[in-house]
Amino acid sequence: MKNKSLLIFGLLLIALLVNACGTPAAAPAAQKQIKIAVIMPSATNDMAFSQSMWSALQSVQKDMGGESALQIAYTDNLFNVPDAAAAIRDYASKGFDIVIAHGSQYGSSVQDIAPDFPNTTFAWGTDVNTFGMKNVYAYTAAAEQGGYVNGVLAAKLTKSKIIGVTGPVEVGDAKTYIDGFVQGVASVDPTIKVNKTWTGSFSDVALMTAAAKTHIQAGADILTGSSQSVVGSIGAAKDAGNVLWFGTQADQASLAPNLVVASQVYDWTAMLKDMIAKRQAGTLGGTVYTLTLSNGGLKIAYNPGYNLPADVKAAGDAAIKGIQDGSITVNP
Amino acid sequence: MKDVISLGVLGGILTSMIRLATPFLYAAIGETFAQTSGVVNLGVDGIMLLSAYGAFYVALNTGNLWLALLTAAAIGLLMGLLMSFISVTLKAEQGISGIGLYMFGLGMSSLLFKITIGTVKTIDGFQPVRIPLLGDIPGIGPILFDHSLPVYGAFLLVPIAWWVLDKTTLGLKIKSVGQNPAAADSLGINVDRIRYFSVCLGAVLAGLAGASLSTALVDLFQDNLTAGQGFIAVALVYFGGWNPWGVMGGAFLFSIVNSIQLWMQVIGVKIPSDVAVMLPYLLTIAALMITVNRVRQPAALNKPFERGES
Repeated sequence: MKNKSLLIFGLLLIALLVNACGTPAAAPAAQKQIKIAVIMPSATNDMAFSQSMWSALQSVQKDMGGESALQIAYTDNLFNVPDAAAAIRDYASKGFDIVIAHGSQYGSSVQDIAPDFPNTTFAWGTDVNTFGMKNVYAYTAAAEQGGYVNGVLAAKLTKSKIIGVTGPVEVGDAKTYIDGFVQGVASVDPTIKVNKTWTGSFSDVALMTAAAKTHIQAGADILTGSSQSVVGSIGAAKDAGNVLWFGTQADQASLAPNLVVASQVYDWTAMLKDMIAKRQAGTLGGTVYTLTLSNGGLKIAYNPGYNLPADVKAAGDAAIKGIQDGSITVNP
Repeated sequence: MKDVISLGVLGGILTSMIRLATPFLYAAIGETFAQTSGVVNLGVDGIMLLSAYGAFYVALNTGNLWLALLTAAAIGLLMGLLMSFISVTLKAEQGISGIGLYMFGLGMSSLLFKITIGTVKTIDGFQPVRIPLLGDIPGIGPILFDHSLPVYGAFLLVPIAWWVLDKTTLGLKIKSVGQNPAAADSLGINVDRIRYFSVCLGAVLAGLAGASLSTALVDLFQDNLTAGQGFIAVALVYFGGWNPWGVMGGAFLFSIVNSIQLWMQVIGVKIPSDVAVMLPYLLTIAALMITVNRVRQPAALNKPFERGES
């Protein structure tokens, strides 16, 4: 019997090991090298929230001169908060300079752990609460701004006057994006119907696909939505063939090159560079970053593969400009 | 309110129900075989994930969807053999080994996805095939007879599984090793072999469940694509009282409530979305409470068989 238990134990260990393989081993430290660790709720390649941070880190690393200047370690798919908390503490105690907890569910963990590592910079989001700590940054994205621009474009393009929104859970930037989108649509034509669904999950692709198909059956010719599960909605739009898609968080054009009109892209690059510069100057935290269209943290990426009529693009650009100069206010 | 009951909405609800039920049918019918023979396989979700990945990878690189299904079935078979080896030959605790298998499938599919594909991509999966004549029936024709082949397969599976389990010698053998393995053994039935067969068949079907997701229903692969559907499939086996028709009823109930709640949201029925997404689970639990004492589970469920011990 003992041998069998050992074998089972061994198999379980292998399973755990495979699970843990997402984390690359830490490279040997060089001089003056900055070490950043990031904990993410979904995969680095989710085409959405986690990918936006991952791409930014890689681009900062490239700009700084590669691995010798900036070492990046990551653990992804940590939707589970207790696991994430353990990873945050782990990275902090391993001497990482900046530990990024990339998920609004990680707030209480950061609040709990940050006081134990006063020389480590912690950053978390999306949220605006630094807990009054000198070594904690909070960051958020004014997702309603890009939502508004997408809404204006969508309203100009819809023929059926019905637009479907496939949301995950009614919280955070998933909600503010959609609130902005609805305001953008209404600013063009208040008679356009915007139907909304929430699947209650950030990851249930099958249910998201079903939700999108339901919208299409209800007459929607344009869809939008957020979270990593919207790849299902994009698939449904592709299946229908004539339904357009508006993305958010990351540029989703590659998923349906003919149907994605534009994506709101979160660009954390400037924020990360600022954090690194401040750290080198001796400031470890204490402020809140907000990505906006004005500060360049939010960008509208028009899909070059989609032939956007010039007057529609002009309306979109006017909305961007209006939000930047303050003549248009979007309520989150 | 007129919208709520229109024929179009009803058709939409039924169409999405059929699509949503497809992976549950494959996985839960497969699990019915395994459990009828006395083995609870909690690793269904892991098998679905790894097979969904394998099928997607093959489809993406070769464009051959049949080869993709074959790959999924082969992955299912291998994982079924592993599960049988642990639970039948080594007689290990089935719950624990099933969870181990799940974690292995989850981690391995995620790792392979990251290494070999890297980012979310889509494929042209199985296209809907309208069945001649039947598909032309006004109203229900397009709802029932305009789906992709894996969807039809899932529905064909139900009567076949019922026939095999209820009307064939093989089915009797599977039931007997699940009810009273010692008696079956004394009658010359090879208990271990029947259990190996049932678990592997179940795993192959779980593999097809995963493939139906990645190559017919959503046409893509992503980390944790199944989002726990394999566990719901295991629950559906209990719900259906180890009877393929009952399992189908459970899959329909769960899927139709899900598709109704989506429609309610689309047409703007004023309920909080959190309540709406809870509905399928609440109703399934309620239905389970009503039906729970209706049937007895296989008497030897979850019990390893050791010759001469009982």
